[in-house]
Amino acid sequence: MTDAIVERPIVPTEHRPDRAAHEVGHKVAPLLLTEQSHFCPGCGEPIAARTILENLVELGVAGQSVAVLGIGCYTAMASSFDIDTVQALHGRAPSVATGVKRMKPDSIVFTLQGDGDMVNEGLQEVLHTAARGESVTAILLNNGVFGETGGHMTATSVLGQRTKNTIDGRDAEYHGYPIRIADLIAQLDGVAYVARGSVHSPGAIAKTKKMVHKALQMQVERKGFSFVEILTMCPTGWFIPTIEGPQYMDDTLGQVHTMGELEVRG
Amino acid sequence: MTRRLMEGSEAIVEAAIAAGCRFFTGYPMTPFTEVLEHFSKRLPEVGGVCINAESELEAIGMTWGAAATGARAATGSVGQGLSLMQESIAEMALARVPIVVFNMSRGQSDYFQATRGGGHGDYRTIVLAPMDVSEAVELTQLAFHLADRWRNPVLVYGDFLIAHTSEAIDVQPIDFGPLPDKDWGIDGSTSGTGRSRMITSIGIGKAHSPTSGIIGHFEGIAPHLAAMQAAEARVETGFVDDADHIVVAFGTAGKFVRYVVGKMRADGVRVGYVRPITLWPFPEDAVARASEGKRAVMVFENSAGQLIDDVKISVLGRAPVIPIGGISTDASGFGVGDMYDAEVIRGRIEAVLAGQEVTS
Repeated sequence: MTDAIVERPIVPTEHRPDRAAHEVGHKVAPLLLTEQSHFCPGCGEPIAARTILENLVELGVAGQSVAVLGIGCYTAMASSFDIDTVQALHGRAPSVATGVKRMKPDSIVFTLQGDGDMVNEGLQEVLHTAARGESVTAILLNNGVFGETGGHMTATSVLGQRTKNTIDGRDAEYHGYPIRIADLIAQLDGVAYVARGSVHSPGAIAKTKKMVHKALQMQVERKGFSFVEILTMCPTGWFIPTIEGPQYMDDTLGQVHTMGELEVRG
Repeated sequence: MTRRLMEGSEAIVEAAIAAGCRFFTGYPMTPFTEVLEHFSKRLPEVGGVCINAESELEAIGMTWGAAATGARAATGSVGQGLSLMQESIAEMALARVPIVVFNMSRGQSDYFQATRGGGHGDYRTIVLAPMDVSEAVELTQLAFHLADRWRNPVLVYGDFLIAHTSEAIDVQPIDFGPLPDKDWGIDGSTSGTGRSRMITSIGIGKAHSPTSGIIGHFEGIAPHLAAMQAAEARVETGFVDDADHIVVAFGTAGKFVRYVVGKMRADGVRVGYVRPITLWPFPEDAVARASEGKRAVMVFENSAGQLIDDVKISVLGRAPVIPIGGISTDASGFGVGDMYDAEVIRGRIEAVLAGQEVTS
């Protein structure tokens, strides 16, 4: 098993793509205990995680950070993050994060959930936590599919999307419509910051990193609930060649779950 | 000593605060609601936090997070609300997160839920069943101690009468002895040091200190459960040694039986009682010893028959086990019915003594 793991270089997000290309193989994200992982080739989740790790260090809050992880492929990051971690149940990370933050108000608490975890299983949790204005930062890794089970429809799968249980594509009449979760959360009074980013291109990664920065900054300033949805590639769960992941995302999920800031409270 | 008349709900909250509980969250439901009310008033006064949870699912999740920091944290409901919490209670037992859960139940029909659990996996929760408000004050404090001692959820099984009966109470902190440091508590302070910590129900280890993984995690459960089982069974017995008949009952029912057996003894009837104080671990040895050579072991419980399973497992055929309880409730379904009456209970015991069949 271990022999199959390839250590993959990390591309820093702060540089333009051409310059970043020269850096390949020279830098790794901070707060990582290991560069080994079991993520599929082309997965967007480690890139999204990097935007968080780099921001924790750059904001100077790494030494007070707490991660609350839901259940999905990304749960495996628990072992590689050098961050105090609570592994929560599927869907329940926002409530667990609430308990941590209320007892340790000086900690910087962030959650990692997938779309299946947050928008399917635990939809009420994130909405209530946002409305309560809990001073935590929720990060959604949205790939529009249950990646860990092997590619099944979630509440954010877009119309027409082929999954193992929408084999002819998601049909609105039969399967209903995708939920734009960031748009829902942005309507709530308790939120300080809501944005939707993506990791399908170097430019999108750089923008997303700034969004995560703002979200964490809101928590540092105790302005309320902050939320960043990050669209991540899942070529395995989309049943497409790895190299087509970014383009597929741009053409499908990215057209429904559009990038941008939805709420910024001063 | 200053005793003050207070209802059970308030006394339980005062006991929890005396035990150092600083986090509570819950969702209103009769007869648990007043526990939430008192916590919401009192915790902010002592620097704690009480959150009005939007659901029981979220209440148990918030309690998980608070307890993961090492704080003494609790939640509660009635059996119906606890049904919603079962997944998290099971996983918290597997993640070794110590919390206290109050069940201000509607009768005694949550015995199976309390002692078997409705969650998944190999887990147990210690269950303390007070018979009245005074004992609830003691057992509430013990619950927090045992939760920390074993890093395991602990249930306090109350009911409508315990929640709403007023007694003159003086709540004083009880010292149950030293406990291990909570060096596992999560607060962010070890992040970035190469010694960061993890609380997990599935045995994930940090890369800096690899664990034996899910196999080792699950294999560690059985010895943990066995150690709790061997150490924590609690029971009260009365008039057992020279009795011909024994009555087993817990909680409010146990308090009634205790009174009735005392009266019958005064009248020269050779009957005794066994009152389990912990429902898990069940005091199997005490019930087995008490049943030795007896003509019958009666079980008085306010349910269709749940406690009786554990009694039968303990008695193991040493004596006939006869149910004398039944479902007895009020029109609202809160589990306070006509059966909670000393004369009714005496009549049922006497019917067994006379060789008659008891119909509830």
